[in-house]
Amino acid sequence: METCAEDEVQVKLLGGSTSPFVLRVRIALALKGIDYDFIQENLQSKSELLQKSNPVHKKIPVLIDNGKPVCESMNIVQYIEEAWDNKAPNLIPKDPYERAIARFWAAFIDDKVGPCIRGVFRGHGDEKQKQVEESVANFLVLEEALRTNPCFSGKPYFGGDEIGFVDIALGGWLAFVKALEKGTDSVLIDAEKMPLLSAWTDRFCEADGVQEVMPDPVKLLEFICATRVKFASLAAAN
Amino acid sequence: MEVCGEDGQLKLLGQPYSPFVVRVSIALAVKGIHYEFIEEDIHNKSELLLKSNPVHKKIPVLIHNGKPVCESMNIVQYIEEAWGNKAPNILPKDPYDRAIARFWAAFVDDKFIPSIWGVFKDEGEEQQKAVEETVANFLLLEETLSGKAYFGGDEIGLVDIALGGLLVTIQTVEKITNSVLIDKQKMPLLSAWADKFCKADRVKEVLPDPATLLKLMWERKAKMTSPPAGN
Repeated sequence: METCAEDEVQVKLLGGSTSPFVLRVRIALALKGIDYDFIQENLQSKSELLQKSNPVHKKIPVLIDNGKPVCESMNIVQYIEEAWDNKAPNLIPKDPYERAIARFWAAFIDDKVGPCIRGVFRGHGDEKQKQVEESVANFLVLEEALRTNPCFSGKPYFGGDEIGFVDIALGGWLAFVKALEKGTDSVLIDAEKMPLLSAWTDRFCEADGVQEVMPDPVKLLEFICATRVKFASLAAAN
Repeated sequence: MEVCGEDGQLKLLGQPYSPFVVRVSIALAVKGIHYEFIEEDIHNKSELLLKSNPVHKKIPVLIHNGKPVCESMNIVQYIEEAWGNKAPNILPKDPYDRAIARFWAAFVDDKFIPSIWGVFKDEGEEQQKAVEETVANFLLLEETLSGKAYFGGDEIGLVDIALGGLLVTIQTVEKITNSVLIDKQKMPLLSAWADKFCKADRVKEVLPDPATLLKLMWERKAKMTSPPAGN
């Protein structure tokens, strides 16, 4: 939790400790070296500030910059890049085509990868298995992109030599995915079938700025297992 | 059908009645950009489409100097950035205003599209629920319009294109399902916006013909509700 030494902190982040979406924003802020107040939200009892700052969705994360709220994780990441664009590193390329490619893959992660991971998290039995298979298929698409897309291939990150927009979009999910694999005894990012993606995973998690904000894997696993038990008993009751 | 000129080689793979393609056509028209429109048969997709959008195999795809860009609002943003010095600007310059525009464009994609689709395809209670959701979503947008000609301010912007591309489809869904989604009384600003948008120069030329869209959507609806063979 970063705090400003003197006056009122300019930047506040409303968030939680297990959310991959909040983690994306924390990674972006860490990489840019931006100080902020982290305000832990209780999602069972949302604060006035959260409800006022995100009246449409009432969800975390919300970034509040000088009193002005920005919502939706990748939208916040883009805002961070633009509001602090003279602060290295740049998280989004300058070239319009490369930016379009970055946005495309971030959308793929939001529209396909995320929902399937959530499906594994919430699912049981056959339904869970189906979501595992779809997740693996999505990760194979990313592996292929790393291998063949001229914007990515041969480079350490989707963003090139440094972490970029797509890395953050996917990287925010990594701690959750690893804990989920343990909690459900499944393999989603398969080192044999996805050597490039696996290597990227290791590289990302160990990067400066990232490792400091990653959640405690033990607590995350506990959260995942406890929540899955709850989902299972709800499903059994129906 | 426009042909490429000083803007480089530009092709738009699409179908004139798809609201997602219409969004891109509007952006190109508003910016005054020339391009070649290649009509796709979505039941028999071309090699070019499959090669240009291997992940989703969907339209629209914009191909600029041989390089494909996919996903409608992504394409619209690309158009703004690649032709950033061609007025009008579809996105504001200020980072906060841009974040707000992107937020509402994403709202249109994440909330409206599923609920409008629900109004079209569902029946009975499910359909009623979808109508109520769509109306609630429109009321939220009504609030954001206050005092402005367009969501983008004085000129058409990102959110106008995101929603405006869907307008003729929404009006067609209203006719087919006999429902009111954009309610003039509850949403006077949004209603006025819809009229202004559909009549705006450059936009009106690329909007789909309502009579043809009505016929196409009736056909689609009929296929959805016809009983399975053998009954």
